[in-house]
Amino acid sequence: MKTITFILIAILTCTQVIHAQSYLTKNGKISFFSRTDIENIDAVNNQAVSVITPQTGSIAFSVLITGFLFKKALMQEHFNENYMESAKYPKASFKGTITDVSKVNFTTDGSYNVTVAGDLNIHNVSNKVIVPAVIVVKGGKVSANATFKVKLEDYKISVPKIVEGNISKTIEIKVDCNYNPK
Amino acid sequence: MKFIKVISFLYLLIASTQTFAQDSTASLLSILEKEMEQSKDVTIYTTATFKTTRLINGHSVENVGKGVLDVKVSHRFGNVSEGLYELFGLDKASMRAGFDYGITKNIMIGVGRSTFQKTYDGFIKVKILQQSRGKKNMPITLSYVPTLAIKTIHYEDPKVDNHFSSRLSYSHQLIIGRKFSDKTSLQLMPVFIHQNLVTLARESNDIFAIGIGGRQKLSKRISFNAEYYYVLPATKLNGTSNSLSIGFDIETGGHVFQLHFTNSQGMNERTFIADTKGKWDKGDIYFGFNISRVFTVGKKH
Repeated sequence: MKTITFILIAILTCTQVIHAQSYLTKNGKISFFSRTDIENIDAVNNQAVSVITPQTGSIAFSVLITGFLFKKALMQEHFNENYMESAKYPKASFKGTITDVSKVNFTTDGSYNVTVAGDLNIHNVSNKVIVPAVIVVKGGKVSANATFKVKLEDYKISVPKIVEGNISKTIEIKVDCNYNPK
Repeated sequence: MKFIKVISFLYLLIASTQTFAQDSTASLLSILEKEMEQSKDVTIYTTATFKTTRLINGHSVENVGKGVLDVKVSHRFGNVSEGLYELFGLDKASMRAGFDYGITKNIMIGVGRSTFQKTYDGFIKVKILQQSRGKKNMPITLSYVPTLAIKTIHYEDPKVDNHFSSRLSYSHQLIIGRKFSDKTSLQLMPVFIHQNLVTLARESNDIFAIGIGGRQKLSKRISFNAEYYYVLPATKLNGTSNSLSIGFDIETGGHVFQLHFTNSQGMNERTFIADTKGKWDKGDIYFGFNISRVFTVGKKH
């Protein structure tokens, strides 16, 4: 009897371990877009690192600023040197949770609309953001998509008056990540 | 006994769940950090050592990007000490118009024409080494710039046997640069100049010089630049001085404005390095500027 109880306890506690799984990507795609009458600016970073832990709904992203690629070399240079100051602040990150993660069944294929809330850190300034996102589960893999807007002034990114017409005050950011189980 | 067993079983169950919850948040952040650390496998190349491809008169280690056209308009004026009547030298303007183009990110070409002696000039700039850190560590950026200049002004004496080759001069220089910090960059420019025709028989056709220059950023978009070329005394031409220039770079989006004071009036290697007639201590200071405007013309990469 004692042995059986012991084995039962061991099995039940062991099963907990299996459920604490994470999903990871090192090639997440994060892009941003600025639209003005004078010109549009867009750049893509295909090396975002992100982790999702379904157990707690935690989700985090980290991206190297120098990894954003522009069509115009000079634009990329100015983005790093003058606006993002990437020598001082090499990364941008997000740490938060999928607030309604219980809606998502990570073992069943499907598309789930969720809300993600957390701290977005850009240019060494952190702001709380709440973003609607879509999580798609397919064949054991997970993908997350979101589109949201940020204001440059919220992150102390200053634009000189002379080029004010070229850069929008609000930038649209798109997240498109495909995760693999870790 | 059974009661104790049930309690201890429940306790184990709860305890194990608790541990995993804490583990998750902590391990999430540590997983991210660990994955990011893999950026030690990545080489980060230094960019923007200088704001444009010229320091003041001479070349910097910078190239224009691939498929980028850089339109260069430069002026050098007369003596500042000539006073208000000559508008501090502005009335005596000498001009160079040039076009630089990036073939690849490491190879660029340029052509230009100066009003001084109606000189056409052309060059190629090849970046041999690029400063980087991370997986590949390179402390300097190294460029090689061969140039050719052709004077097309009419010969003074058309009756003398004048050859086309007499109009030519060449230069070869290596530029060794390093971005020491976000604000400070320095470069060394050893240069060799050959002119086919010299004024006096005893003058050397071959001139060796070493330049030193740098920039100190004063704000995100403004920097203070300085440049000096020391000509080896054995090869120095009669009546010439070493070129010394100081100025500012002002960058505004697609333009870079370079405003400076110099004792050189020429705008190609032979004229400003080997043939500088002005002397700072005699007040031969000429105001000048370079305007650079980039256009992306090549296909997007």
